Amino acid sequence: MSHLPQTIHEARRLLRSGAMTSVELTEAYLERIAQMESDIHAYLHVAEAQALAQARLADERMAAGQDTPLLGVPLGVKDIINVQGMPATAGSRILEGFMPPYEATVIRKLREQGAVFLGKLNTDEFAMGWSTENSAYGVTHNPWALDRVPGGSSGGPAAAVAAGEAVAALGTDTGGSVRQPASWTNTVGLRPTYGRVSRYGVIAFASSLDQVGPMTRDVRDSALLLEAIAGHDPKDSTTFPDAVPHYADMLDGGVRGMRFGLPREYFTEGMHPGVEKATREAVARLRDLGAIVEEVSLPHTDYGMPVYYLIATAEASANLSRYDGVRYGYSAQAPDLQENYKRTRGRGFGPEVKRRILLGTYALSAGYYDAYYLKAQKVRTLIRADFDAVFEQYDALVAPVAPIPPYRIGEAPTDPVALYLLDVLTLPSALAGVPALALPAGFVEEDGAKLPVGVQFIGRPLDEATLFRIGRAFEMHGE
Amino acid sequence: MPKLTPEEVQHIAELAKLDLSEDETERYASDLSAILDYAQQLQDVDTDHIPPTASVLPLRNVMRPDEARPGLEPEDALANAPESDKGYFKVHAVLEGSQ
Repeated sequence: MSHLPQTIHEARRLLRSGAMTSVELTEAYLERIAQMESDIHAYLHVAEAQALAQARLADERMAAGQDTPLLGVPLGVKDIINVQGMPATAGSRILEGFMPPYEATVIRKLREQGAVFLGKLNTDEFAMGWSTENSAYGVTHNPWALDRVPGGSSGGPAAAVAAGEAVAALGTDTGGSVRQPASWTNTVGLRPTYGRVSRYGVIAFASSLDQVGPMTRDVRDSALLLEAIAGHDPKDSTTFPDAVPHYADMLDGGVRGMRFGLPREYFTEGMHPGVEKATREAVARLRDLGAIVEEVSLPHTDYGMPVYYLIATAEASANLSRYDGVRYGYSAQAPDLQENYKRTRGRGFGPEVKRRILLGTYALSAGYYDAYYLKAQKVRTLIRADFDAVFEQYDALVAPVAPIPPYRIGEAPTDPVALYLLDVLTLPSALAGVPALALPAGFVEEDGAKLPVGVQFIGRPLDEATLFRIGRAFEMHGE
Repeated sequence: MPKLTPEEVQHIAELAKLDLSEDETERYASDLSAILDYAQQLQDVDTDHIPPTASVLPLRNVMRPDEARPGLEPEDALANAPESDKGYFKVHAVLEGSQ
């Protein structure tokens, strides 16, 4: 493993110097995957032949003098993003064997820049979960403690990056699905501003919340990858027209004099003491670096959980109505149309997805729309206003990511409310549509295991550059 | 306190076109009741003069020129269909008694 470059920028340096070709690098990563997968199970599909073909193409482009930040670099992709020529399951039986007839815009962009795709990475079914335990294709193991979950829903990408099975990966974050697994695997995960990255070709969960985000080993890679995938897309009318900054050129400058808010509502009841300690240490590290950190209040934080689970499930119930057993995916082949819909969906969806479809259908149904869905949308306005108010006085917020460290496989809370509260620290920022960067912040010891803990920096809309600058200063100070 | 009965869950499942077993119906009745009970706290928030947020974006009415562009080829669109016939998706009869 020591000979393998661990970051995009290291890989590019090696490729540029001629010390390694993209084919050699890709072969080495495929070998690494073959060695690790019996322990980790991050991949649902390894695209060996396609990856090597892309690598050969990248080597030709380099030979012709091309030099772009991702040229020839092997990446992994969460299996909810369509890559031409690779199956797309979204972790669901209902999409078993589905081959997308078109490609996601983020993949097209990376392909044009010469990136290599190693394969598709595990996810909770339709990105609904915390652990990959809701994947129909088996659980991914946390590389730091194999008996524990890697987090989710982007647990496959997080584990692959942490285990050195991809240089970097793309995940998606609807309510925390990039940041929580990053924090549980000692990796870097960015949720971009809603609308910064195209959702075209990304299998929909909750359309007002879904965003694709980079999952990487360090902050520089996160900046490089965001720059590569961000920007306006005529195929997604919810993308910002604003120009994409050269994020990787804006990492330096430090945090001296910057003002950080520490939201007091984010220290929740039942939080693991190790998570609280890591957050306090992160605050101390910022102060060491010359930043000002003050306690702030986002008074509607506690409403984030119910607001999210009403809005996201309502949107999901509409988005997932397309799985009808007629046009693609699993079909129960029942003798009449109505029966075929019901049996196909009853058998094709897993328990968590069914629970959310039912909750969302209920929240949108006649007689309950105003009390649940509309009410949640109004409180969402207040949650956004909390962020607007603090960002008038502060450059960013510093906060924990998940209230507990990764739990043992099979030991998730059984009470649905307790389970949904695992997301409570990542939901408000997702509802507000603001960007947030999760970074490694240390470890907690539990039963002899060393478990990663993350911290997140939450920023103003479209101000990912400030988050990267903070992140770079923070990670350098930790080295 | 909202308490969903198994009958209500069956009704929602019918709306969502989901076949549920008896066990599932019981479990979801209990799960959904617990979640909706927790969501009751939203009723404590005064939202009388607060507009709803459907999208956080400042963008409204995004237009593009009405120009013909290439789309999916029929064979690509049908490639994943469980059943197709002569360039069409094959569907069971929608109206009773029809062929």
